[in-house]
Amino acid sequence: MTQPLALPMEPATWNRGRVGMACLIFGESTFFSVFVVAYLFYIGKSASGPQPSDVLEFPVFATVCLLSSSATAGLAVKALTQSNTVRAGLALALTVGLGAGFLGATANEWFGLIYGHGLTIGTNLFGTTFYSLVGFHAAHVGLGLLMLTLVLGGVLGGKVGAGDSERVEMVTWYWHFVDAVWIVVLTTVYVVGV
Amino acid sequence: MSASTETRVPEAAKRTTAGWSQSLHDWVTTVDHKRLGILYIAAGFFFLVIGGVEAILMRAQLAVPANTLLEPQEFNRLFTMHGTTMVFLVGMPIITGFGNYLIPLMIGARDMAFPRLNAWGFWMFLLGGIVLYMSYFASMGLYGAGTAPDVGWFAYAPLAGKAFSRGNATDYWILGILISGFGSVSGAINMVTTTLTMRCPGMKMNRLPLFVWMMLVVSFLILLALPVLTGAQVMLLFDRFMGAHFFDTQAGGDAVLWQHFFWFFGHPEVYILMIPGFAYASEIIPVFSRKVIFGYSFMVAATIAIGLVAVGVWAHHMFTVGLGKGLSVWFAVMTMIVGIPTGIKLFNWIATLYGGKILLRTPMLFCIGFIGQFLVAGLSGILLSGAPLNWQLSDSYFVVAHFHYVLIGGLVFTIFGACYYWFPKMTGRMLSERLGRWHFWLFFVGFHLTFTTMHVQGVLGMPRRIYTYPAERGWEVWNAISSSGAILQALGVAVFLFALVQAFRRPQWAGPDPWNAWTLEWSTSSPPPAYNFLTIPEVRSRRPLWDLKHPDDPDWEHE
Repeated sequence: MTQPLALPMEPATWNRGRVGMACLIFGESTFFSVFVVAYLFYIGKSASGPQPSDVLEFPVFATVCLLSSSATAGLAVKALTQSNTVRAGLALALTVGLGAGFLGATANEWFGLIYGHGLTIGTNLFGTTFYSLVGFHAAHVGLGLLMLTLVLGGVLGGKVGAGDSERVEMVTWYWHFVDAVWIVVLTTVYVVGV
Repeated sequence: MSASTETRVPEAAKRTTAGWSQSLHDWVTTVDHKRLGILYIAAGFFFLVIGGVEAILMRAQLAVPANTLLEPQEFNRLFTMHGTTMVFLVGMPIITGFGNYLIPLMIGARDMAFPRLNAWGFWMFLLGGIVLYMSYFASMGLYGAGTAPDVGWFAYAPLAGKAFSRGNATDYWILGILISGFGSVSGAINMVTTTLTMRCPGMKMNRLPLFVWMMLVVSFLILLALPVLTGAQVMLLFDRFMGAHFFDTQAGGDAVLWQHFFWFFGHPEVYILMIPGFAYASEIIPVFSRKVIFGYSFMVAATIAIGLVAVGVWAHHMFTVGLGKGLSVWFAVMTMIVGIPTGIKLFNWIATLYGGKILLRTPMLFCIGFIGQFLVAGLSGILLSGAPLNWQLSDSYFVVAHFHYVLIGGLVFTIFGACYYWFPKMTGRMLSERLGRWHFWLFFVGFHLTFTTMHVQGVLGMPRRIYTYPAERGWEVWNAISSSGAILQALGVAVFLFALVQAFRRPQWAGPDPWNAWTLEWSTSSPPPAYNFLTIPEVRSRRPLWDLKHPDDPDWEHE
């Protein structure tokens, strides 16, 4: 028991931040699973219309936005690691813009569903499961967007630099997770469900 | 046992000159894993007393046939609040509290990985508990219907939906548990991260104390199960407030879906509560047998196996809804498989006792009680896993007997054992051995009077959750015995609380290592300083303190 005053060793790859974020993502995945299961379970069981095939359109724009934002988020971290704050700021701004584009597309879709087709959460089982699953995903996009905006503000204000790239990477892990959930939601709602 | 007590007042236990407001401020704002651990455990015991009073009221009502002490509706609220309290506000905080207190100390770390998240988790849990109990005062709601929730601890939808549960009592149940769930999940994230990244030099995974291994598995189960409950509760909230139809059979919703969701959480939850009991026993039994634990790697493997099987057995709570032959067989077989890793553990504890120099101190008494009672609990569990017998016994007092054998005979006994074992570490004071014996024997006899008899009531056909029963069913004697046992249990807990007070009024100082134990928490002072270890320890075996005490024959030569 003779070790000088020092923090315990953190393995280079799996440090606190990474394990913590991985655990959060694991927990969030099980949360989303329940809504995915409910959605799949209730496909075609609505007692009244509208049915998914009547009203849903494959969300190309939103999907392109969100999937490409994962790439720009990755670029931002890489740039930050290399102390290139200008490029990091640009990539982050692009990421935030793409994320906002996704949310805008979702808002537009919901507006059309609610006012065009009269589909709300209380209309039928499709409305119930659709708004819950897509809505919870959108809420998580919103949370990720808030964190990315804070990081962007930090980079622009000169408060976030190369030394924080590890922490910024954890934010992008969350963002990649939200992106991955979208692929599951997309498959469930717009491919399997229609 | 040598050097079991000290006469010096330990530095950290000395009364500080700070006033009560300062010390209240310190406790409320603390991010120290030790203080948070104690807060968790203390809050858990606070709710244990409340849940216990609810149990006593129910046993008083059932003591004689056709009793009119409680209204039927009041009885429903009591069993709902009793079950919810004991699972979410007693079991969860106490296991999290011991985990919080002990994991960093056992792995040679100075705190948890995320101290502030840790504090947040505790206050979320407490807020959840307060919200649940606010229902008694605040949930008269729109229709003036009900005060506390009366939907049972598993709140089956659609019966918990708006149509059948008017007023807001059920909403308090949903929100209280949902909020405390955030606390549990954050605690689990913290425990996993701490265990995986904060271990001191030499503390490889295969040298972790079994306590830490088991809490790691528990934490994974929390991450797996709790969000499922949260999701289902959100659905129920949507149904109740936004007109959604998840559990609305009128709109094509399924009446059994909630049961699947709830028990997909609910059954792993049983292991979330029970594995920590195994963890305490696995630390206490070797120390009081003066032997190394038998089959360390098998214990780890069995724990992981229980964790894996835990996610495939949930519908054995639902045999009576009519699952069909295929599913019934699957869940029956999976449930019986749980008996294998659990049996391995029981045999390992017995093999640890075998040939050991057994010291029957209070922690050991509770653990030996646990071994026998948990065996009975496991056997009645295997009985219930057979679907045909389950159809006969489900929702009878046999089931009540079974899960109280698990959660009291298993968990609460080991929690008391853990309290007697680690209280000296937490406070620097010993708990009285004499009072400990009174506590054990009162609680032990009371437990068996109450719950062993319930098997008989169940076989005689007494359904659970009835507020009273007629005289001629042959249940009177058994119920009277059950109720009298409840009094003995309450007395046992009262003795325990008195022993806590005595420990502070007439302190008997413990010293750093009163039990001559082997894990790292005993290498620092009692109570440990805020930074736990002056120098970060370095370990070479599973019993670092043995190595230190026996340099001539260290463990690492044999492992």
